[in-house]
Amino acid sequence: MPDINPNTAPALATPAEPHKGSPSLQRQRQRAAFWFLAPMLIALFCVAAWPLMRTIYFSLTDATLSNLYDAKFIGFQNYLQVRELSSGRTIYRGTLVDPDWWNAVWNTVRFSVVSVAFETVFGLIVALVLNAEFKGRGFVRAAILIPWAIPTIVSAKMWGWMLNDQFGILNDILLNLGLISQRIAWTASTETAMKAVLIVDIWKTTPFMALLILAGLQMVPRDMYEAAKIDGIHPVKVFFKVTLPLIRPALMVAVIFRMLDALRIFDLVYVLTPNSSATKTMSVISRENMIDFDKFAYGAAQSTLLFGIIAVFVAAYIWIGKVDLSGEKSR
Amino acid sequence: MAKIELNNVTKSYGAVDVIKGIDLTIEKGEFMVFVGPSGCGKSTLLRLISGLEEITTGDMMFDGQRVNNVVPSERGIAMVFQSYALYPHMKVYDNMAFGMKLAKSDKGEIDRRVRNAAKMLQIDHLLDRLPRQLSGGQRQRVAIGRAIVRDPRVFLFDEPLSNLDAALRVQTRLEIAKLHHDMNDVTMIYVTHDQVEAMTLADRIAVLRDGKLMQVGTPAELYDNPNSIFVAGFIGSPKMNFITGEKAQAEGATTLGIRAEHIDLDEGGPWQGEVVHAEDLGSDHYLFVDIGTDEPVIVRRSGKLNVPLGTRVGLRPRPQDLHRFGPDEKPIRR
Amino acid sequence: MSNRSLLNTMGFYALVVIIVVFACFPFYYAIVTSFATGTQLFQVQYWPQQLSWTNYNAVLGNSTFVRSLFNSLFIASLTVGFSLLLAVTASYALARVRFRGRGLLLMTILAVSMFPQIAVLAGLFELIRFLGIFNTPWAMILSYVIFTLPFTVWVLTTFMRDLPVEIEEAAIVDGATPWVIISQVFLPLLWPALVTTGLLAFIGAWNEFLFALTFTSSETQRTVPVAIALLSGASQQEIPWGPIMAASVIVTVPLIVLVLIFQRKIVAGLTAGGVKG
Ligand SMILES: Nc1ncnc2c1ncn2[C@@H]1O[C@H](COP(=O)(O)OP(=O)(O)OP(=O)(O)O)[C@@H](O)[C@H]1O
Ligand SMILES: [Mg+2]
Repeated sequence: MPDINPNTAPALATPAEPHKGSPSLQRQRQRAAFWFLAPMLIALFCVAAWPLMRTIYFSLTDATLSNLYDAKFIGFQNYLQVRELSSGRTIYRGTLVDPDWWNAVWNTVRFSVVSVAFETVFGLIVALVLNAEFKGRGFVRAAILIPWAIPTIVSAKMWGWMLNDQFGILNDILLNLGLISQRIAWTASTETAMKAVLIVDIWKTTPFMALLILAGLQMVPRDMYEAAKIDGIHPVKVFFKVTLPLIRPALMVAVIFRMLDALRIFDLVYVLTPNSSATKTMSVISRENMIDFDKFAYGAAQSTLLFGIIAVFVAAYIWIGKVDLSGEKSR
Repeated sequence: MAKIELNNVTKSYGAVDVIKGIDLTIEKGEFMVFVGPSGCGKSTLLRLISGLEEITTGDMMFDGQRVNNVVPSERGIAMVFQSYALYPHMKVYDNMAFGMKLAKSDKGEIDRRVRNAAKMLQIDHLLDRLPRQLSGGQRQRVAIGRAIVRDPRVFLFDEPLSNLDAALRVQTRLEIAKLHHDMNDVTMIYVTHDQVEAMTLADRIAVLRDGKLMQVGTPAELYDNPNSIFVAGFIGSPKMNFITGEKAQAEGATTLGIRAEHIDLDEGGPWQGEVVHAEDLGSDHYLFVDIGTDEPVIVRRSGKLNVPLGTRVGLRPRPQDLHRFGPDEKPIRR
Repeated sequence: MSNRSLLNTMGFYALVVIIVVFACFPFYYAIVTSFATGTQLFQVQYWPQQLSWTNYNAVLGNSTFVRSLFNSLFIASLTVGFSLLLAVTASYALARVRFRGRGLLLMTILAVSMFPQIAVLAGLFELIRFLGIFNTPWAMILSYVIFTLPFTVWVLTTFMRDLPVEIEEAAIVDGATPWVIISQVFLPLLWPALVTTGLLAFIGAWNEFLFALTFTSSETQRTVPVAIALLSGASQQEIPWGPIMAASVIVTVPLIVLVLIFQRKIVAGLTAGGVKG
């Protein structure tokens, strides 16, 4: 996906007839466009396409952190390696049979689906509230921007403190309300760690979702609601029959952006629940192998897999949903 | 100042042919108006002449020189857009001077030309304002001024008056006519929807339909001798009456055309019918008479006319003003 | 007003209150904590008991933290400046010039901005070591381009598309080259969009964690998120919550102020780009 090969570079259209003298306006503009795009394409090639290709290459070698350059090409052994022991037993090794990896895949998928589902519902609610006319709307919109503006690491720390087992305010509130009988170690216990991560992520990203949905809502003409009101249609029905179909494109785009973002989550998990196998995601485990455990090539293989999963997901989503992400067609 | 020739010019966007082979010569100093239904390609043709769009096939000549690949700024044209297209962040003066500044003209010369043009259009007191501080009419004048400063061989106008209100439109129309008169010999090409603009401004009118040229001629020629049913129906308001069937065959035509003012009320006339509607425009009076054709025939009389609805009247078309069209929709020559 | 609609209104405002409290409370609580010291930290307080600047003094007196503030500022500014520079011309070409493969190119750029950053980590790591910029700000400046550049290009392209065509055509007739159109006609009209886009990209760079964590090794080279994440006390048991909250407030308040000032523009930029900040 991100490779920027010469085919995607602007192709100068050949003119309908051989031109004499000075080049035509369209040609001049296309030539300028080429030079305008070139620096960006080169920059993106250097920081995206090239490193991606190297990552894929490393995933096929036995490179380690200290030995990047003398690495041997070992084919797909980081992914799957089948070995016949002399005793006749076959053993399988590699990422594809690594339970830790599949645990991370499962964690990531679970996290992404649950968080995006909640964010979509909450985002819709917040967007509907912001779309209504009421006093203090500007203030509420400003307020919901705050979680979005706070750096993820800071949110993780803030919530880590609030979710602290002994001194955390959340336990205190829940105890006072009688909802729990003893303090919960939210971030440490395997049962609740994922919940903790979800809570923070939903808190932090619902505003983004709400703003995108709100933009979609504001394109629904107001007369539509008035007409429905005059016809005496129940607001809930109006929502499902009129509003939802109309904001579907905006919603689809918002969901895909959030989904892609969720699938690559790293920082929140890394800081809020360090080293918890209940929350370790694909990004976390790849980096851990690559940098911390000095299994550079193994980590590269895992990140290549993550990339593949996301690429397939995007392709499927665009294909199924016919989402016009680039906005080219709706012009 | 330039003679413009189009030789079999076509324009396609991908598979869509928008201009389908146009031959047209616009003489030096001529005021040419393009008219036609919406989407017929008037703007496209104008933009081909300006060079903003490239022609797909054919040749375009300015004063005998082939300009197919010459960029707009080197064609010696100036363009006035419907939306004025002033640079919002530049003062009026800079808006008008921008082109000359880019051409690295002499400062004094720029100043002289900008002030001249401003004086001509009576906008010299506005030179220090930004476009947003101007009214619609003033903005359009600045846009025209910007064109004048470029001292072009050809002026191109794309519906320049359609964003103005009726009164301002008349006034600006007169100014454009005066401009054409004063800047003797400058060629002007003007796209419009407005019949009156076309008839009053044009030396010649080109009627386009679906990317093809239907007829070119002076306003009077088009009005009196349309070469097709389409042109006959397009030029003139109210629209020419068209009659088919027996009544047309009686005159030896497939379709008979007659303008509303060329029909007399006459009890013994060949067409008999009932008045179904009447419109009083003050100076003129329109009667809509149902004579058994698909649409009522419109009769135009000057002054007041008191004919109650439902009255039976007789109509007599003036024989010398009858337009007879054959089955190919072309006039039948006698 | 009937009882029913009164109830509806009350329900609505209750919802509004819940939303606002949820959105703001964690930050409020961070502020409360940042002013608490000693044993106060170990009793839950809903209201600030005192205004003690001890934690702030501790954080700002810590030269490595101050250093990381400057690192972050330097890195984010340079990345954004560089990205905007390349993005302005590129977005003009993408928004304004018709050429084959434009849609595909736009999709590619979008894809890069949505890219899982871990997928380039290994390759970037090699590149950075090869360039000899490991553990310097340049490592971050280089790697942040991967998300700031596509983002700025994308958002500026959507803004650039909305500028009227006729203004550009008038400029072409006036003899303006594409470069003149960008620099003398479009840029003056686009600066609000530039500020917005730049600010959003700045926030993105300021908050980045994965690259900053991986490409630095010494305390003095850290950016703020890494510094906060790794801020530790004397022992494992003793997490310095007070100073951490003070540091959090310090790095967040400027962002919140900026976001509130540019609120409308940011909402426009976010939704125009449809890309996360
Ligand atoms: N860039 C383009 N790509 C494809 N088709 C186009 C393009 N520009 C114009 N067309 C088509 O060419 C035809 C002629 O358009 P043009 O703007 O010249 O019409 P017009 O006569 O000026 O109409 P109007 O009176 O409404 O201004 C239209 O059918 C239009 O849809
Ligand atoms: Mg037009």
